[in-house]
Amino acid sequence: MSQQLASSDSTTREKREKLVEVRDLKTYYGDSGMFGGPPVKAVDGVSFNVFRGETLGLVGESGCGKTTLGRTLLQLEDATGGEVRYDGTDITELNSDQLYEWRRNAQMVFQDPDSSLNDRMTVGEIIREPLDVYEWETPADRRDRVRELLETVGLRPEHYFRYPHQFSGGQRQRIGIARTLALEPDFMVLDEPVSALDVSVQAEIINLLEDLQEEFGLTYLFIAHDLSVVRHICDRVAVMYLGNIMEIGPTEELFTDPANPYTHSLLSAIPAPDPTDTAERITLHGTPPNPRYPPSGCPFNTRCPARIRPPEYEHLDDEVWQGINTLRDVLLERKRADRSIRERIRERLGRQTRFATVEETYDELFGGLQIPANAESSIEQIVEHASNNDEEAALDVLTEEFGSICESEKPEYHTVSETGRKSFCHRHDGEHRQPSQVLEERY
Amino acid sequence: MSMETVGQDSDTDETPLIDVRNLQTAFFTEKETIRAVDGVSMDIDSGETVGVVGESGSGKSVTARSIMGLVEAPGKVLEGSSIRFHQLETVRDYADRFSGHTVDLTELRGEHDPQELLGRIQTEVTAETFGRERRDEITLTDILAAGFGDEMGITDEDDCVFVTERNGDSPQDITAGFIEVTRLDGERQRQMRGGRIGMVFQDPLTSLNPVFTVGNQIKEALNLHRDLSGEEATREAVELLEAVGIPDAGRRVNEYPHQFSGGMRQRAVIAMALACEPELLICDEPTTALDVTIQAQILELLAQIQEERDIGIMFITHDMGVIAEVSDKVNVMYAGEVIEQADVYSLFENPKHPYTRGLLRSIPGTQSGERLETIEGNVPTPTESASDCRFAPRCPEAFDACEVVHPSHVEVGEEGDDHTAACLLYPEEMPETRRVNVHREATSDDRRGDSA
Repeated sequence: MSQQLASSDSTTREKREKLVEVRDLKTYYGDSGMFGGPPVKAVDGVSFNVFRGETLGLVGESGCGKTTLGRTLLQLEDATGGEVRYDGTDITELNSDQLYEWRRNAQMVFQDPDSSLNDRMTVGEIIREPLDVYEWETPADRRDRVRELLETVGLRPEHYFRYPHQFSGGQRQRIGIARTLALEPDFMVLDEPVSALDVSVQAEIINLLEDLQEEFGLTYLFIAHDLSVVRHICDRVAVMYLGNIMEIGPTEELFTDPANPYTHSLLSAIPAPDPTDTAERITLHGTPPNPRYPPSGCPFNTRCPARIRPPEYEHLDDEVWQGINTLRDVLLERKRADRSIRERIRERLGRQTRFATVEETYDELFGGLQIPANAESSIEQIVEHASNNDEEAALDVLTEEFGSICESEKPEYHTVSETGRKSFCHRHDGEHRQPSQVLEERY
Repeated sequence: MSMETVGQDSDTDETPLIDVRNLQTAFFTEKETIRAVDGVSMDIDSGETVGVVGESGSGKSVTARSIMGLVEAPGKVLEGSSIRFHQLETVRDYADRFSGHTVDLTELRGEHDPQELLGRIQTEVTAETFGRERRDEITLTDILAAGFGDEMGITDEDDCVFVTERNGDSPQDITAGFIEVTRLDGERQRQMRGGRIGMVFQDPLTSLNPVFTVGNQIKEALNLHRDLSGEEATREAVELLEAVGIPDAGRRVNEYPHQFSGGMRQRAVIAMALACEPELLICDEPTTALDVTIQAQILELLAQIQEERDIGIMFITHDMGVIAEVSDKVNVMYAGEVIEQADVYSLFENPKHPYTRGLLRSIPGTQSGERLETIEGNVPTPTESASDCRFAPRCPEAFDACEVVHPSHVEVGEEGDDHTAACLLYPEEMPETRRVNVHREATSDDRRGDSA
C-alpha cells in the first residue's frame, strides 16, 4: 500500500517545485590559521534538492555530518563552498539583514528538549520569543497567537504560565515545535526530534509532525539515525557517510532494494523486532574514519563490505581480507599517533616501545590462517616496514598490492532506478558487478 | 501455575544462577515514598540472556542497581526482598571466608516451623511477599532470606550465606545454598559486586575515568579481584582488550579514554567488567548511546563472550528490536512491576498484556497504517503499594475492576510455556467476575481459586 503510494508519488515529484537546491555544499571546520592542520571536512560536497511539501530524511552514523548539513542549510554554520538556493536565492551570499528577513521562513527543532528550552522562561515566553524578535503584530495578538499555537501542538492554553520543568519530555518537544511554528515557516529542519523520547511518546510526536505538515503545507528535512522512524515519516531519504551523500532516493524503494553497499550495511544492522528473523547480518568492522583525515577515493572504502578487490586476490579468504583491513587501520593510526620524546629515545636505544609490537599484531590478525604465497610475501613486506617504524612505506605497499579503484578514485553518482535514485559507488559503473550481487556472495 | 515448580525447598529444584524474588526498592523523600521497584521476580540461568524492557521510569535500572548493591540513600531495598545468588563455587568460597556470616539451614530446619514463624512476623505478609502461591508453601529459607529472621533472633543482620544442603562440615561439602545479595555489605559486598556480578553501563564515556589510561582501569579491577599486579596485570589487560576485539591492544592499553571511539570505549568497559570473570553480567542499555552499526558489533561481541564463558546476562533496553535479537526470556516492566514474562518467541508472536501490545505497535515501520498507534499518557510514578492495575488509566481495555484489584501473574501461554502476564483480562477462558476473583484472592491472601 505504502509502496504504491511512494511510486505514484515519485512520478508527480518531477513536476514538483524545488524549494531548496543544494549544490556542491562544503562545510569545513578549523581550516583557518597556520597551525590548524588539515580541516575537518564535516560536509564535503553534497548536492540535492528538497521539493516543496515533502519530507526528506537524512540518515547516517554520528559524526557523518548530518547535523552540520542541517545547520548549514539554515546558515547557522557558514558554508565553506557551494551554494544553497532557497526559492531561487542563494542564502550563503546573503548579508546579515537579508538573512534576518529570510530566517522567518526556515526554522529548526532540536534534538534534546531539555537543553533547547530556557528553564527560566515560561512556556508562553518561549513560544512568543520569535514573535517578539520579528515584532509581529501587537503584544496582545502575540499572546493570542501563542495560546492558539499551544492548542495546535496538543497542549492547553493554560500552560502559558508554566515552566518547562513542569512538563514531560514529549510535552517539552511539543513546546519546541510550537516555537518553530510561531512565524509560519515553510521549511523546517528537524534535528533528531524524537531520539530522546520513549517509543510510545515518539509515536505521538511523529503523528503530530505529520498532522502539522498536512495542515500548514510544511517542508521537512528530517535528520535521524533511527531508520525505522525515517521509513515511516519520509518521502525520500539521503544516506550520509563521512560528509558525503552515499545514496538518495524514494524511501520505500531505498529500504526494500538498497543500491549502495553502505545503505545495505546500515539497513542490515537494524535489529528487527522479530525474534524469528534470521537474515544474515552484514557487520561493519571498525568505526568511521576521522573526518580530518578522510580516506582517498571512496569515503567508505575502509569499511566497505563490497569493496572492489584486485582480480588476483578476488577469492582470498574473507578473514584474510579482514586482517588486511585491520592492519591498514592500525598502520594509519600509528602514523598519526604522536611519539613522545621518551618513546623516541627508547626507540633509538633499541628498547621495546609501544610501537614495536607489529609482530604481535600480525600474529593476532593472521595467526592460523591459510594465506596464499603471493599475498603472504606482500604482507610480510608490510610488516617489515612497519616494524622499522616506517608506516608510510608499509601503507604504500599495502595500497599497491591490495588497493583498487575504490582507494584511488572518487566514485561518481550513478542513477540506479527509474525514479532517479542515485548511488555513490564504483560498482555501478558497468565494469564491475552490482553491490547486491557481491554482498550476497560474500555474506 | 507458579513461576517455577515448587519442591520441598526452593533450592532443591533446578536452580537458576540468580533468583530475584519480590524485589522492592523504594526511595524515601520528604514528600513521598517512591516505590521504584515494586515486587519484581525473575531468574537468570548461566548462559542465558534475560531481557528487561520498558519505558523510562519503569524501574529497569533500579532493578539492576539493586542487584549490584548500588542503591544509595535515600533509596533502600525493602524487607521481604530476596536476591539469591546460587553459584555453588561462590557459595563455598563465601562459606569458607566468611564463616561467621553463614547460616546453616540444615540445622535450623529441625528447630523452627515456618508456619509458626510466619505468625510472629510483625508486618503484614502474604504468600506473595515470598513469591509463593500459598501460605503453606512458604519455607524457612524464604522467611530467613527475606530478612524476617533478624527480628526473631534467628539470624544476624549481616548473615548472608545460606547453606541449604551439605554432606559434611567443611565448606567444600556444601551441595546447595545461596548468597543473599540484599544482605551483603562491606567486604562481602565488594567481592560480589564486580567480582561475581559485572555491570556495563549505558554511557561508556561516564563509566571510564578520563585521567587514567584504559589499561590502568582494567588493572585496577584485576588488582582488586584477582590479585594481579605489575607485568602480569598488564599482560592480562592486553589479552582482555584483544578478547573484546580491540586491534593493536598492546598500544591501546596505554591510551586514555578520549583516544578511543564510542564503540571502542564500550568494548573497553566490557573488558573491565569481564576482568574478574563474573558469572553474571548486567548490561544497562549498553548500546543505546551507540550507532546501529556499532551496536551490531557490540551485540555480536556480547553473544560471543556469552558462548565462550557461559555467563548469564541481564540485558536492559527500551529497544524492542534489540530485545528480540539478544534475549532468550523477556520481562516487560511498567511502573516498577514486571507485567509480562515470557520467552522471546511467545512474547513477540503472542503478546498478551495490553501494555506489551501497545509498546510493540508503537514501533514505527512495523505497522502498515498511516498513523502510528500510541499509548496515551505517561508512566506514573508509583508512590504507594499497588491496590489497582497501574496501567489501567492508559489501558484501552480497562474495565471497572481494574481500578480496585491489583492483578497477579497468571499463566497466559500454552501449557508449560512459562508465559505469564499480570492483567485482569486473564485467564482468558473465565468469565469476568471469576477472573477478577482469581486475582483478588491471589493478592489479598493465601488460597487462590482453582487453577487456570
